[in-house]
Amino acid sequence: MTLQSPSLELGAPLVQPIATAGGRSYWQSVRRRLRRDPVTLICGGVLILLVASALFAPWLGLDDPYKTSMLRRLYPLGSPGHLLGTDELGRDMLSRLIYGGRLSLFMGVTPVVCALLIGGLLGITAGFLGGRVNMLIMRIMDVFYAFPSVLLAISLSGAMGAGAENTLLSLTLVFIPPVCRVSESVTTQVRGFDFVDAARASGAGMLNIVRVHVLGNVLGPILVYATSLISVAIILAAGLSFLGLGVKPPEPEWGLMLNTLRQAIYVNPVLAALPGVMIFITSICFNLMSDGLRAAMDVKA
Amino acid sequence: MLLYALRRLLYLVPVAFGVSLLVFALVHLAPGDPISAIVPPDAPQEVVDKLKEYYGFDKPLPIQYLRWLGVTLTGDFGTSIGTGRPVATEVASAFGNTIILAISATLLAFTLAVILGTAAAYAKSRIVDRLVTLISLMGVSVPHFWLAIVLVIIFSVELGALPPMGIGPENSTGWRLDGPHLAHMVLPTIALSVIPLGVVTRTVRSTIKEILNSEFVTALQAKGLRDDQILRHVLKNAAPTCLAVMGLQAGNLIGGSILIETVFAWPGTGFLLNSAIFRRDLPILQGTTLVLAFFFMMLNLAVDIIQTMVDPRIKRN
Amino acid sequence: MDSLLPVEDRGGPAQPLLLARGLRKHFPVGGGLLGRGRKVVRAVDDLTLSVAKGETLGVVGESGCGKSTVARLLIRLLKPDRGTMVLDGDPVDEPHGITVNELRRQVQMVFQDSYASLNPRLTIAETLAFAPKAHGLPAAEARVRVRDLLAKVGLEPDTYAERYPHELSGGQRQRVNIARALALRPRLVILDEAVSALDKSVEAQVLNMLVDLKTELSLTYLFISHDLNVVQYLSDRVLVMYLGKIVELGPVEAIYGQPQHPYTQALLSARPSMDPRKRTKEAPIQGDPPNPIDPPSGCRFRTRCPFAEDVCARVEPPLTETGRQAVACHMRIAGSGHSKAAA
Repeated sequence: MTLQSPSLELGAPLVQPIATAGGRSYWQSVRRRLRRDPVTLICGGVLILLVASALFAPWLGLDDPYKTSMLRRLYPLGSPGHLLGTDELGRDMLSRLIYGGRLSLFMGVTPVVCALLIGGLLGITAGFLGGRVNMLIMRIMDVFYAFPSVLLAISLSGAMGAGAENTLLSLTLVFIPPVCRVSESVTTQVRGFDFVDAARASGAGMLNIVRVHVLGNVLGPILVYATSLISVAIILAAGLSFLGLGVKPPEPEWGLMLNTLRQAIYVNPVLAALPGVMIFITSICFNLMSDGLRAAMDVKA
Repeated sequence: MLLYALRRLLYLVPVAFGVSLLVFALVHLAPGDPISAIVPPDAPQEVVDKLKEYYGFDKPLPIQYLRWLGVTLTGDFGTSIGTGRPVATEVASAFGNTIILAISATLLAFTLAVILGTAAAYAKSRIVDRLVTLISLMGVSVPHFWLAIVLVIIFSVELGALPPMGIGPENSTGWRLDGPHLAHMVLPTIALSVIPLGVVTRTVRSTIKEILNSEFVTALQAKGLRDDQILRHVLKNAAPTCLAVMGLQAGNLIGGSILIETVFAWPGTGFLLNSAIFRRDLPILQGTTLVLAFFFMMLNLAVDIIQTMVDPRIKRN
Repeated sequence: MDSLLPVEDRGGPAQPLLLARGLRKHFPVGGGLLGRGRKVVRAVDDLTLSVAKGETLGVVGESGCGKSTVARLLIRLLKPDRGTMVLDGDPVDEPHGITVNELRRQVQMVFQDSYASLNPRLTIAETLAFAPKAHGLPAAEARVRVRDLLAKVGLEPDTYAERYPHELSGGQRQRVNIARALALRPRLVILDEAVSALDKSVEAQVLNMLVDLKTELSLTYLFISHDLNVVQYLSDRVLVMYLGKIVELGPVEAIYGQPQHPYTQALLSARPSMDPRKRTKEAPIQGDPPNPIDPPSGCRFRTRCPFAEDVCARVEPPLTETGRQAVACHMRIAGSGHSKAAA
């Protein structure tokens, strides 16, 4: 599980104030580059498919994901009426997987969004104000950073008990420090640029300066980092459910399904591995999209 | 240098306090009365009251924290509710098992990562570069506990070549350096090493690529240095960043091993934590978390200091 | 909110536009056990200067002498540890004077054209409109002013208003920087290495533009540079800084014609001459620039001065009037104890 900030990987400053040539604004050129990148487009397509199928699941004419049947347990793939077989309680795998996507994606994206809002706000504040406020905020974050993320998530969930809401809470808490750290680092960088000094020298108010000059330059790298966190979040949420700390049965969720299907690995191994395939694909797509976004925003390329 | 190390250590003190506070608070995050975690539900009221007084649950929270802190600092982490044995001993033996796994996974991952990353950065053919990028992408994206299951399916269920769980053959306690024990180690090590492999490969590749494009390498070539001599310079420059990332990953292994240990029933701290959670054995939960967190902190400190020593750009006092 | 007319003159031509007394700024540097600096970088130490209305005061010195810190102190981007400032008779940031915000209406700064002097996400028009709008100017009037400013700095408004910084050349960007400084109709413009990053030909154009603007808008300039020739071209008076202190101050002809401080003399003789007969055989200054964290006792220049004596290490020479200029050197102070000084 990696929650390191990107600047550690590349050693180059995150914010590059000069965009490439073109007569258009920076964001327009980012959009243009994204549209031209085949990998990003494919991944975007796959993700849209996944999200759409999750959202519209009730209307796709699938079997009831909760309906058990003791007679039809662990049917293999390609069985009549059950394209992907059935699980250990006789429920249709295809529908379980698609319905499972709802919870898995939700549990992955929501903590990141919440952490983005809270951590981003804290980080930008710390970065812009500097001094004691910065020290206070970052020291508190350091306490959370003292834990490996998985450990923190498990300990928090373990203490609070299983359940989707607790998982959301503990995952959000786990992701706030890294988002905060990246936000603070980027904001401090931007704060040091001359145009921010010029804005201060013009006598404008602080909020005005942050809104006009800082945010536009800071949100990009923060968003790139946040998208790279989504895949971690999905895996972590699935992991928690796998341990029994997350979503509770009989809800369909990919991590939980991996756990309950473990008993089937001797009987129908492919079936047992299926939910993980979904996690894998989703995770790859988010990672590739995050990379694509970063490449589109990187001016040196 | 020593002064720098001392200074960093001192910085950790308030963080360490924060960590202990958080761990202490874990118990109180738990739903219900903390006393119910220590005492079976059908205990007579007078026993409950006496225990409450003994543990100090009737006193205000800050006092409880200080008492707990004082006791913990003497090495007494309490007693396990499940086994009745001191938490410290349980954690210590489990920790040893986790370290064995962590070290082997680290060695595997980092060695492969350096080789692959360097090869990719130097490779003229795009296929090699693409392949390595793919491998590192897989490593970063794969849910490692799922990979563990897949490995078990392939090697234990289908091929029957490697054991699916445990640290050693039946009825063995602890770990020894011998064939059967090594066989038990293979699958968990592979599963644990994928994520660090992915991350470090990516870092190594991008760092070395950046260095190769830098002007000083061109200068070295112009001076007439051979490729292998230049490689030495390149690696020296790449070392600080890569070491930092490696250090972070090594630390994450400690936490990340929880899931793998669960799949393989490997009796390490992760497995201990897991069972503690299910037994609601809060003393073990606290003790294990505390030990793991402190180990992680110390590891980060060591990585920090090593990085400062290796990277001449960082100013030393 | 006023409609941003230029602030009126108060005290008449004799009153200095800006008077700064005893400015001090020290930066703590990490050191010691807890990272709390026992060590400080003494960037600016007890500095007093005045800028007369309508003049161009040049400030020269090597890198690290504190020139940029002075600039930032004067515009209050940094808060001085000690010292006072008076703008046309009104004390700054004190109970009976003007606020820092009001100071910024009248004193503006042009930054060196670095890659970070203009916000890459904003168009030129948006960048120029920011300050006036922040002071309450309505958007429509701000647009008019932006066009006005662009025209003044020689950039065709229709072409340049909607462009982004990366689409402009260095010279054009610097014109925008100057336009930005003029947006609030200031009285004093501080130019911090404003032309240092430009090609020589472009530099000449921009300098001439600055001279024209000064007359047209009745501006006062504080021109900071390490380039002695440019300073000579532009300035009425020159101030020479060394390690956070003023070592010589006076009219440009006096400083360049009869420099009295050994440092000034060395700086001036270090300029390469176009005359092939005059070749520099030795380095004009010996030694390395000392550490601003631990400046030498007494006269800070003594470690590199060929005329240093005991008194130079014991006593710090005060800035003293000597005819046309003021110098901080024991050799020029009567009765200082230096062998070369008058008794």
